[in-house]
Amino acid sequence: MAEQSHSQTMYDAHGEAHALEHAHPDWGTYKWVAIILTVITAIEVWVYYTPLKDTRLFVPALLLMSVAKFAIVVMFYMHLKYDAKLFRGLFVGPLIIAVIVLVSLLFLFGQLALHV
Amino acid sequence: MATTVAAPALAGTRHKYESGIWSWLSTTDHKKIGQLYLYTALAWFIVGGIEALIIRTQLYGPNGRLVSADLYNQLFTMHGTTMIFMVVMPLSAAFFNYLIPLQIGARDVAFPRLNAFSYWVFLAGSIFMNVSWLFHAAPDSGWFAYAPLNTRTYNPGLNMDFWVIGLQILGVSSLAAGFNFITTIINMRAPGMHFMRMPIFTWSAFVTQFLIVLSFPMITVAVTFLLFDRFFGTNFYEIPAGADPLLWQHLFWLFGHPEVYILILPAFGLVSEVMPTFSRKPLFGYPVMVYSLILIAFLGFGVWAHHMFAVGMGPIADSIFGITTMLIAIPTGVKIFNWLGTMWGGSLRFTSSMLFAIGLVCLFTIGGISGVMHASVPSDMQQTDSYFVVAHFHYVMFGGSMMGLFAGIYYYFPKITGRFLDEKLGKWHFWLTFIGMNLTFFPMHFAGLHGMPRRIWSYDANQGWNVDNHISTIGAFILALGTLFFVINMIRSRRNGTVSGGDPWGAPTIEWSTPSPPPHYNYARIPTITSRYPMWDVKAPRLTETVPHTKEGERKMGVSVAGKETGEITTPSDIHLNAEGAHPSADEPVIVMPTPTIKPLIATIAFVIPFIGLIWHKHAAIMVGGGLFFLIAMVAWLLTPVEPEH
Amino acid sequence: MATAALADSHAEHHYTSTGLSSSKIAIWAFIGSECFFFASLISTYLIYKGRSVVGPYPHTPWTNPATGEQFHAILNIPVTSASTFVLLMSSLAMVLAHSAVVRGDTKYSKIWLAMTALLGATFLGFQAYEFTSFVHEGLKLSTNLFGSTFFILTGFHGAHVTVGVLWLLTLLGVDMKRGLGPRDAINVDVCALYWHFVDVVWIAIFTLVYLIQ
Repeated sequence: MAEQSHSQTMYDAHGEAHALEHAHPDWGTYKWVAIILTVITAIEVWVYYTPLKDTRLFVPALLLMSVAKFAIVVMFYMHLKYDAKLFRGLFVGPLIIAVIVLVSLLFLFGQLALHV
Repeated sequence: MATTVAAPALAGTRHKYESGIWSWLSTTDHKKIGQLYLYTALAWFIVGGIEALIIRTQLYGPNGRLVSADLYNQLFTMHGTTMIFMVVMPLSAAFFNYLIPLQIGARDVAFPRLNAFSYWVFLAGSIFMNVSWLFHAAPDSGWFAYAPLNTRTYNPGLNMDFWVIGLQILGVSSLAAGFNFITTIINMRAPGMHFMRMPIFTWSAFVTQFLIVLSFPMITVAVTFLLFDRFFGTNFYEIPAGADPLLWQHLFWLFGHPEVYILILPAFGLVSEVMPTFSRKPLFGYPVMVYSLILIAFLGFGVWAHHMFAVGMGPIADSIFGITTMLIAIPTGVKIFNWLGTMWGGSLRFTSSMLFAIGLVCLFTIGGISGVMHASVPSDMQQTDSYFVVAHFHYVMFGGSMMGLFAGIYYYFPKITGRFLDEKLGKWHFWLTFIGMNLTFFPMHFAGLHGMPRRIWSYDANQGWNVDNHISTIGAFILALGTLFFVINMIRSRRNGTVSGGDPWGAPTIEWSTPSPPPHYNYARIPTITSRYPMWDVKAPRLTETVPHTKEGERKMGVSVAGKETGEITTPSDIHLNAEGAHPSADEPVIVMPTPTIKPLIATIAFVIPFIGLIWHKHAAIMVGGGLFFLIAMVAWLLTPVEPEH
Repeated sequence: MATAALADSHAEHHYTSTGLSSSKIAIWAFIGSECFFFASLISTYLIYKGRSVVGPYPHTPWTNPATGEQFHAILNIPVTSASTFVLLMSSLAMVLAHSAVVRGDTKYSKIWLAMTALLGATFLGFQAYEFTSFVHEGLKLSTNLFGSTFFILTGFHGAHVTVGVLWLLTLLGVDMKRGLGPRDAINVDVCALYWHFVDVVWIAIFTLVYLIQ
């Protein structure tokens, strides 16, 4: 049972559904996730009001923090870390292609440029 | 109202939804829904064909005056929109619906009511789009509707309003079906049917569904922008506000290119089913066929701007897209060789179905070659926006998709109706279509290279295009004659065709183990699969000697018989696959099927009402009322169980 | 979606190829598709960023050269930061609601479902306030490229939140009528996945639209 993922209902040979008695992320884990998300958001907003806003580091730093929040919500709240790999494929595949398309469009419209 | 069935006693259960028009309106049976798609799509094929004949008559000679320029624009726009969204896609959907559950050994799709909803929404969208004719205001900016010609500024009438709304409605149908089939194929395969044992058509359908659910959002967004521009004053395509017309083109082709693979892959899948049967040989290189499907889909997202080589993206962008476009020819070409490899050394039967399949191989190859010519950016600068493009895409769409779909229709008609399509009429259909199609579209390569632009309503006598156009028009009418043979064949064979039985062709996959037509519940007992060609394992074992079976290499029977797993089978008569006398197993005493319900149809009507309000002077009460009605219809639907308690 | 899947848990007694719930597979496929939907909307916002011919603008003040009318920078970072925090907390409430349903705690399942819906509705309230004040300050759908792209992007996101709130209220209704137990966990899970995804899209929007200039 230990190797089975958290919120799956397993279907046995007779097709009966068993809700697994397993270790959920408990209130403790969820509390920490919420705190970390709040802290990152606070840093993002704080950075907006500092002189850092006008440096070249601003955008990469914000993007990095957002990606971190995105990943934390997806992995923990949406359980992707613990769930079957199929769900990871159904989400991450399209996500990667979508991001590539977005970046390509920004290049095609001249909003991004490679300075050679 | 329970639909519990002790197989095979379905006939003994009375049900008020069993016959008559109500059974069609309330159906959740994938086989009935598949037939609805089939007949509706064929009806639109006639409509789109008539539009084409009027176009060709107008263009028969120089300075044609059969129709006005304005009507001509409506005709070619609707011809393209109809053929793509109301013919090829729903014909493919007919096969997705009918075949996928049967091929994977399931009793229905994952979400049967959503399935019905998809069909009714398709019907509603196609009717909505064509109601525009009654207002003499059919869409008229081309099926690709470039900005800013599609905006209120340059196109103030109702025409593009119909297009914009009609397309949104049609998109919902395809998206819903996409999620349904993805879930079905992932989760409802019979025991033992690993992905690499799935019939190749189901594979092509699976890949196509991903193309649909990932590309349709982009046209939804592009069209939503246009809808808001036209109705609510936004500026997405308004040049004076700083908008870039290329935004439309990029968003549209980000959808449009995967769309053409959506249009061809199901036809490829059908050909891959037909060829092995009529070559009496397994499909050559099944794993490579699967990988090439996946590669085509993946690469298909990286080539979209090859429709835009002449807009001024610059040499770097042009080169990148030129390269990716050439790359995508590779997995496609591989498939052609694998079909040839399937036929090579086989004992060929030239049924109508097989002729259409071979026709695809020939004609798609021609279309593919002109496609590679387009991939070269310098060549394309000459070819783009000329009749060369029209030749290219008709070779791949008609010579490719339609031929493949016809192959599938002749192949599966016996399974669907229990009767063969007439072979003689089928051969007339094939040869008239093959000859007509080549006569119509081959000259267009030359007309295009001689400078004839697309979408012109008439041309002068001294351009050098007269002969090409004469021949094209004659070819179009020969095509029409071939189609007439097909229509007569379909109508006559439904009633008077030769009775076919369960497996009329000697085919390898499990859908052929059911009676023709299959019972409501498909399989009396869900089979257990141990190979890619279960029927041949049993009926013609020598054919699959070289195909991998179970891990141990033992030849086991691909299905279970009469309630018990069996080992070696000695004679075909031991097989009573899903025969009427089979006993259900102990753990499945009755077969429970989803209850028929009118709710998907009602939800569809509710769904369309706000759009009617929108196009009718932005009538707020109708829009809001319709929206509420839809909300209520959805809640009522979702609070009703799919199946009765059991 | 809620109770159909509740009914579908009977259907789930049938064999599945993967041992996983069909509803869950479908919602993840849907979420994958929605990635493309929102990526297109966000792409358009970014493509048109800085290209509006007239103001008002998101981060910089503007004076109309024709009328002399003055507009300040339209976006309100402090208010939107608050609403972002609200939406983040709603995801926490959602997770706790699902947890309660899994362990059959019908008291806390109702509390947390209601809390999630309330926080979601609060976010919508913030957004309604934001939209109306922007219109007051001179930014409409039709004003310029910023108005069009901003309202459509955040408006469609808000529409998704609205659907989520209605979904939550439906679940809450069922919970109050007959109670949601472990058998219903899958349906709450599907709603939760949708809800978290909508939150995650907002994370992207908040950064790309509000914080990055």
